[in-house]
Amino acid sequence: MPKQDNLKKILVIGSGPIVIGQAAEFDYAGTQACEALKEEGMEVVLINSNPATIMTDTNMADKVYIEPITPEFVARVIRQEKPDGLLPTLGGQTGLNMAVALSEAGVLEQENVKLLGTKLESIKQAEDRDLFRSLMNELGEPVPESVIVSTVEEAVDFANEIGYPIIVRPAYTLGGTGGGICEDEETLREIVASGLKYSPITQCLIEKSIAGMKEIEYEVMRDANDNCIVVCNMENIDPVGVHTGDSIVVAPSQTLADREYQMLRTSALNIIRALGIEGGCNVQYALDPHSFQYYVIEVNPRVSRSSALASKATGYPIAKMAAKIAIGYTLDELKNPVTGQTYACFEPTLDYIVSKIPRWPFDKFQSANRKLGTQMKATGEVMAIGRSFEESIMKAIRSLEIGSYHIEIKGAGEISEEDLKARLVHADDERLFLLAEALRRGWTIEQLHNLTKIDLFFLHKFHKMIAFEAELAKGLTSEKLYEAKRMGFTDRKIAELCGETEEAVHAMRKEKGFVPVYKMVDTCAAEFEAQTPYYYSAYEVEDERIETGKKRVVVLGSGPIRIGQGIEFDYATVHAVWALREAGYEAVIINNNPETVSTDFNTSDRLYFEPLYIEDVMNILDVEKPEGVIVQFGGQTAINLADKLAARGIKILGTSLENIDAAENREKFEALLRELEIAQPPGKTVTSVEQAVVAAEGLGFPVLVRPSYVLGGRAMEIVYNQSELLEYMEKAVKVNPDHPVLVDRYMVGVEAEVDAICDGENVLIPGIMEHIERAGVHSGDSIAVYPPQSLSQAIKDELIDMTTKLARALQIKGLLNIQFVIYKDRPYVIEVNPRSSRTVPFLSKVTGIPMANIATKAILGHSIIEQGFTPGYHPEESMVSVKVPVFSFAKLRRVDITLGPEMKSTGEVMGRESTLAKALYKGLVAAGMNIPTQGTLLVTVADKDKEEALDIVKRFRHLGFKLMATAGTADYLEQAGLQVTRVSKLSEGTPNLLDVIHTGEANIVLNTLTKGKTPQRDGFRIRREAVENGAVCLTSLDTASALLHVLETITFSTEAMPAQRAGAKVAVTV
Amino acid sequence: MRARLILEDGTEFIGTAFGATKESYGEVVFNTGLTGYQEVLSDPSYCGQIVTMTYPLIGNYGINRDDFEAVRPYIHGFVVREHCEAPSNWRNTNTLDELLKTYDIPGIAGIDTRMLTRKIRYHGTMKGMITTSEAPLAELVASLNGTTLMTDQVSRVSTKSVFSCPGTGHRVVLVDFGAKHGILRELTKRNCDVVVVPYNVTAEEIRRIQPDGILLSNGPGDPKDVPQAVEMIREILGEYPLFGICLGHQLFALASGADTTKMKFGHRGGNHPVKELPTGRTYITSQNHSYAVKEDSLAGTELEVTHIALNDGTIEGVRHAAKNAFSVQYHPEAAPGPYDSGYLFDQFLAMMETAKEEKTHAKTR
Repeated sequence: MPKQDNLKKILVIGSGPIVIGQAAEFDYAGTQACEALKEEGMEVVLINSNPATIMTDTNMADKVYIEPITPEFVARVIRQEKPDGLLPTLGGQTGLNMAVALSEAGVLEQENVKLLGTKLESIKQAEDRDLFRSLMNELGEPVPESVIVSTVEEAVDFANEIGYPIIVRPAYTLGGTGGGICEDEETLREIVASGLKYSPITQCLIEKSIAGMKEIEYEVMRDANDNCIVVCNMENIDPVGVHTGDSIVVAPSQTLADREYQMLRTSALNIIRALGIEGGCNVQYALDPHSFQYYVIEVNPRVSRSSALASKATGYPIAKMAAKIAIGYTLDELKNPVTGQTYACFEPTLDYIVSKIPRWPFDKFQSANRKLGTQMKATGEVMAIGRSFEESIMKAIRSLEIGSYHIEIKGAGEISEEDLKARLVHADDERLFLLAEALRRGWTIEQLHNLTKIDLFFLHKFHKMIAFEAELAKGLTSEKLYEAKRMGFTDRKIAELCGETEEAVHAMRKEKGFVPVYKMVDTCAAEFEAQTPYYYSAYEVEDERIETGKKRVVVLGSGPIRIGQGIEFDYATVHAVWALREAGYEAVIINNNPETVSTDFNTSDRLYFEPLYIEDVMNILDVEKPEGVIVQFGGQTAINLADKLAARGIKILGTSLENIDAAENREKFEALLRELEIAQPPGKTVTSVEQAVVAAEGLGFPVLVRPSYVLGGRAMEIVYNQSELLEYMEKAVKVNPDHPVLVDRYMVGVEAEVDAICDGENVLIPGIMEHIERAGVHSGDSIAVYPPQSLSQAIKDELIDMTTKLARALQIKGLLNIQFVIYKDRPYVIEVNPRSSRTVPFLSKVTGIPMANIATKAILGHSIIEQGFTPGYHPEESMVSVKVPVFSFAKLRRVDITLGPEMKSTGEVMGRESTLAKALYKGLVAAGMNIPTQGTLLVTVADKDKEEALDIVKRFRHLGFKLMATAGTADYLEQAGLQVTRVSKLSEGTPNLLDVIHTGEANIVLNTLTKGKTPQRDGFRIRREAVENGAVCLTSLDTASALLHVLETITFSTEAMPAQRAGAKVAVTV
Repeated sequence: MRARLILEDGTEFIGTAFGATKESYGEVVFNTGLTGYQEVLSDPSYCGQIVTMTYPLIGNYGINRDDFEAVRPYIHGFVVREHCEAPSNWRNTNTLDELLKTYDIPGIAGIDTRMLTRKIRYHGTMKGMITTSEAPLAELVASLNGTTLMTDQVSRVSTKSVFSCPGTGHRVVLVDFGAKHGILRELTKRNCDVVVVPYNVTAEEIRRIQPDGILLSNGPGDPKDVPQAVEMIREILGEYPLFGICLGHQLFALASGADTTKMKFGHRGGNHPVKELPTGRTYITSQNHSYAVKEDSLAGTELEVTHIALNDGTIEGVRHAAKNAFSVQYHPEAAPGPYDSGYLFDQFLAMMETAKEEKTHAKTR
């Protein structure tokens, strides 16, 4: 069936900000969908609130709306654009929820918009627990037996019937509070009793536990003509019990015989047929390792994270095909874009093994609960391809960038036997490495299997890897070296094991000709000829690269998404690649993140899906022989490789290494600033606690302290007095001459940020952004405003002048980001980043200046003027745009949500409007804030903030908010004449302020940091409780003020007539 | 031990020996299935061939008692990137290596199987040999090129005598050209009363069994190497409902006056899309064939094309315009591969049912 003729204009809904569980994969899916629809001559209208995406580039759709994805705003876009169809299945859960909401509100019907892809009824059938269960029963597809109980006896009866273990899930409690796994009747009675108490409706779901079974996923597609295919199946190394997003996964399945494979395949196809899916779908199974018994765990009736992985693992572009199916095509009339000759209606087959390892944010959130379970915690993932399991998993480990270049982690040797055992049983983020450690200690495979339930196949493989370490330790031979390389060992590890230098191993390898060849990912295991320039390395015989003889440049990607290095860097990478191609170069990309647009094989001339590890990168450069390598778009990942590459004779294009160093090395940077007469906050480098105290006193409290050896604001803190300083020095860092600590004066002022492009001579400054939150809150966690609203022309001129001077002095070729603090009307430079920054996509979009593109061309030698741009400060736009950070706190238990020098946000949204208040409103709504216009404000602030908080509280009161406060804050507010309801602190017994939050009495919580991040503190618990109950929690007075500004604009206040007041205080306090 | 795989064009792959240590010749073919190696290596249609699996990790789930497609494998060699020495699956009884040793089949592991596959794709299937000999390459290539591959595979794999698998339903004569167990499984699952007969069965012998239908099985090699079967089919065609699978399909086509041809490298795997022309539906099928019915040879016959391979347009299924007979080139019995085409057995059953009714009807009238 060809495409539907009545469709001319289609609205695509994106997935919004990056949060845990919904990440860059939807930028990839959305971008593919837009491309696919445009290919078919459709007019594409896109709505997505996330500015850091490729899909929100204006060339991706005919009309791009970066607006909040709420029914209100989407309906507005629909009324304005009058699309013929709506495609929601490529925008994650957000897109689906929106389709359901719009349909239920009658908007789609009113506006005559056809819902494309899978029907709403099907979506509901897949997502509603009851409807899904009854459909599965109808189909005869097994689901874990379960029952809803309201007494302990009912639960026990059920357990006696189906046997233990049993999972208890209390109804309507957050994050599974009160639930658990029961092995016997005693625990069952106990847990159900408490679960019933926790549940507001006194109900528990009792379910047969399938933890420990094999977890298998199938990615399937179906068209309206009922053609069905399986794109890929995957096996989780971690058995059922760990969320698939947090599991180490391999594709294809490794331990399933054909009967098991086909049994589940048939089941998956039965399910998508019954659901009537039109597009992509994901079905998850639990398979008993001792029989053919299986259970359907879950069905995702849409493109998902797993489908992005399956697309990259097989080369089959699921999202693109799903978009074409949605407009009426059938699989058998679509060509497989990889081969160009065969059809999309086939099942990809692999001749390699793919591994995926999640990337968790626990390096940033050290207090977070690292245990893995049913709630996903990873922010990103890496994928690797190998011809052996060992090679594949080793490559994936190197891609993680957690400091491991082998299946081992530092410190594992010190873990006690007991702890090791416990951590193997209850998986955390390091279990893979702990398995290796246990094997090194001589634990048997059977022991490990009993502890982890991980399939023996995988344990045997790990064992083989560890055993080979011992083999290498006995001495290196040519055969062993080749074998080690085929098992994915790095030169460095081989050298360590056999007591050689890395250089010697490398030399031996070269001499023997043990260099990798590059194989193509072609969807068909070489059965058909393919054109895809998508490669992976293998120690094999035949190399499949096709030499074109063209001039080429290699761009290093940014690896897995993590806090501090998000999708923004993928955005810049993709733009750099496009710019290179425009400039007539062949663009080669190296990256390992399966979720991104940069690893779409259509993006570059050649894609190497490889670790961004020096050995792997050098192997590629040895055969590619590029003009040079661009490192400035791939975040810290790429920058970190720069000096190693240069040391191996590779040309780094753009800003020189010396100048990168001049910006990043504190001493050199200070010298440069002195020379340029640019001010920076005074600071000292100290190597002992005593020196720290002296330095802090000299500078004056508060001071900003941080270790010099970690990047990205980790372990950075503001301390207000000597005792806090001492506590920090003793607990948070180790200080000694090898590990200096930096002590800077903390200047309480407005923070501003500039991104600029320099061609070595001229400087183009697209814009200045002003932060709502004062300096001290990480720039990535601050609300950024463009153009600046409170900076005077004089200050702006100074910022422009300083930026220009610094760019020239550092001879920047490409991008540059500078952070400033404006203290007492004078700007100080906080830091200079000689590379692409987090704000590049935002600024590019709001100013219309394609920054990464211009920068790339500047790197290639085309001056800014030659490119048709005028150097200097780009005229400010009249529209106000804000970038609002989005956090995933609800997913990360035990993480303090207070904003500070350490970055915590996972994503961002944009709000753009004619005034700041309106832009902020959009931004906050898009970020998911349910802005309360009335209700109760619960205030509990630190002493140092009380004075400043008073004004804010008064303004809330003026809007009609009721006030609640704990004793100290209440006293202060009452003295100021405000009427306050007192609530007890935690130590004062119940009911206390947690109960107030829990019951929903408090709509907004204003709480500032007392001190310390230990979970026992009141403040911490208040903030967590607020997050878990969906209350608005403000930890910065600046954010509170900004919210007030919005509230004051959108609500009316009622005023008694006579009182003469000063002009409305609407200016944002920043 | 070092093993070598040598192709007729002089290409040499050096790997490690596993399975039996012996020299072996055969046509080198590749299979793209991700799972199902046990079914592949025991499928009699591969008789005399050296089979390469394109998926690099083979033997992961071991060998089990139930998944054999014949009582023994007939392949002449097995080529893998890596064979698993520590398989894991609840049904596993032994390793791939042990199985090949038991049946005296040589294997070679550790070679660049993707390179081999690409070579076959470019040059077509080639003669090859697996050897552990350290003789000079030229000598081995000469010996290889001097060897003529067997053409009597069907007689080697077919049953020597008639046997039956009793059932209470339709009586089906299964002509065994190298039938996979899967075909029997599908028939007995449908309560058929199956009588398995050797490939050289005569029409008269079949008539004596009084079947409700005839199933022509899959089998190895060139259909033109079994002319007596073509004769038999020509003679009996129209008397009983007839269903042909794979080699059975080719023999049915030859008997109906069409011609067959050898393909460049054939279709082997479990992911081949086949379009059913009457419904427009596409099915993912399990395939294993080197020969195909020539499309232009259908002119003047009473055969109609019912199925085509979506990718290369080759004929995958035909039916007789006037008689109760149809056939497919692929494997509706799966094993290994997708179960999507099992409905063809139901069609065959329905055909037998209708024929029976017509007969009874004719009698009563």
